[in-house]
Amino acid sequence: MPAQDIARIHAEIDALYRKESRRVLATLIRLLGDFERAEEALHDAFRAAVEKWPVEGVPQNPVAWMVSAGRFKSIDKQRRDSRFEHLEDRPDIGETLADQTTPVDEQELLEDDRLRLVFTCCHPALASDAQVALTLREVCGLTTEEIAAAFLTPAPTLAQRIVRAKNKIRDANIPYEVPSREELPARLESVLRVIYLVFNEGYLASSGETATRADLSAEAIRLGRLVLELLPEPEVRGLLALMLLHESRREARADESGELILLDEQDRSRWNREFIAEGSRLVREAVSSPRAGPYTIQAAIAAVHAEALTPADTDWREIVGLYDVLLALTPSPIVALNRAVAVSMRDGPEAGLAALNTLGAELDGYQLAHAARADFCRRLERHAEARIAYRRAIELTAQGPARRFLERRLAALPAS
Amino acid sequence: MKYLCLVYLSAEKWNACPDSACAAYAGQLQDSGHMLDGTPLHPVHTATTVRVRNGQTSVTDGPFAETKEALAGFYLIDARDLNEAIQIASKIPPAKYGSIEVRPTRELVVDQAEMARYAAAL
Repeated sequence: MPAQDIARIHAEIDALYRKESRRVLATLIRLLGDFERAEEALHDAFRAAVEKWPVEGVPQNPVAWMVSAGRFKSIDKQRRDSRFEHLEDRPDIGETLADQTTPVDEQELLEDDRLRLVFTCCHPALASDAQVALTLREVCGLTTEEIAAAFLTPAPTLAQRIVRAKNKIRDANIPYEVPSREELPARLESVLRVIYLVFNEGYLASSGETATRADLSAEAIRLGRLVLELLPEPEVRGLLALMLLHESRREARADESGELILLDEQDRSRWNREFIAEGSRLVREAVSSPRAGPYTIQAAIAAVHAEALTPADTDWREIVGLYDVLLALTPSPIVALNRAVAVSMRDGPEAGLAALNTLGAELDGYQLAHAARADFCRRLERHAEARIAYRRAIELTAQGPARRFLERRLAALPAS
Repeated sequence: MKYLCLVYLSAEKWNACPDSACAAYAGQLQDSGHMLDGTPLHPVHTATTVRVRNGQTSVTDGPFAETKEALAGFYLIDARDLNEAIQIASKIPPAKYGSIEVRPTRELVVDQAEMARYAAAL
């Protein structure tokens, strides 16, 4: 085979890994009954593809091929290992072999496996930070470093958190299943929280040069749709709406060179009207329910922004009101910070600063708090204070475009 | 009279004592008729704490951490998976007043020759 064809097949395998490796993994975990073994099998399968596809050609259903190859490799490995071990020490072998009759190439089954994986990673018997880390690692395939950056946690701590969670799943025998209908509502909350964090990882990207990572956000939206299909609860609808409304601004929130553009400076004609229409419809359906919660309220806020044709049309009174509702539902310093920003838009930067000053020291390590302070001070022409706040915000911001935006604002301050 | 002997270990010394030594001693107690049951547990990070308050079951990661609560009894149960174990634990009557720590048990990993050496030294 000519070298360029081999290179093309390798590129195809790379793309497949990025796009489908988590689906393959989710199914392999079900088939092999173990996270570690499934991960090993996944890598063996991709290695086999690199060897075989240039010779045999790319199979018609690459995902099914990967699942079969991974399962075969793992069972083969177990058989070889078991020659050196007593069979009674490996009670899982019989089960795994019995599973061989299961059809593996049905799309629906693969989707179920992803949902199984989500619910297992978000199991309440796992620590809440471990649920998030594990979902991002296993379901979304983020690296430990990316997750660590998103949670302001050292990478080794995070890696250990993931290992422990996997050990607990194995040792405590947390089942790999979608919870029963009775259990679902209680289990849903942590799933929604995790999905939204995944979305934000894609939308805000904690580090790196690209402001957005469309695949992760699309992944979170896809997961949101899947969960909504399974459980049409208002908060699932609210979360999906919230993600779609944010997503609608993706094209407008960065310029050609990837530099960040603020909401009121965005070209609103570039907002995705389809997403806005779907998001707004979902919000209207969700908000009328007495079970509407924080996701729905946040989506309602996003909808107010989305429906304003120009920044001046924004109904800040409505937005502050919605933040009041949100703050009552989920008192948190970050919500209070957002409310302070909304207050500054409704009543001016002085009022915003006053609201910000009532917040505690909890936000000291949070760059957006310093960025907000910097902006209020800039608008009040309190340049020295603005300068200090911009510098602090820049220190705390790893990501390229967001950081450069702050640096541009800092540089634009008049010398004092 | 029956007695429950509870084994406590720090994380650093969790694996300090070989399983074969435990198996050898258990074998001796079996022979002398003292042994009713016993099993090692997985490390403490596999623990799940179940509480029932106002009819709501709360499930949290980790061992029970309330220092004012003391061990009051135990149930050794056989469940399909952790979900069933949690469900069973949530119906243990004192779950309404205190905490039920659910810990998975494990099998001793025994080396026959090593166990024989420990048994001979007992």
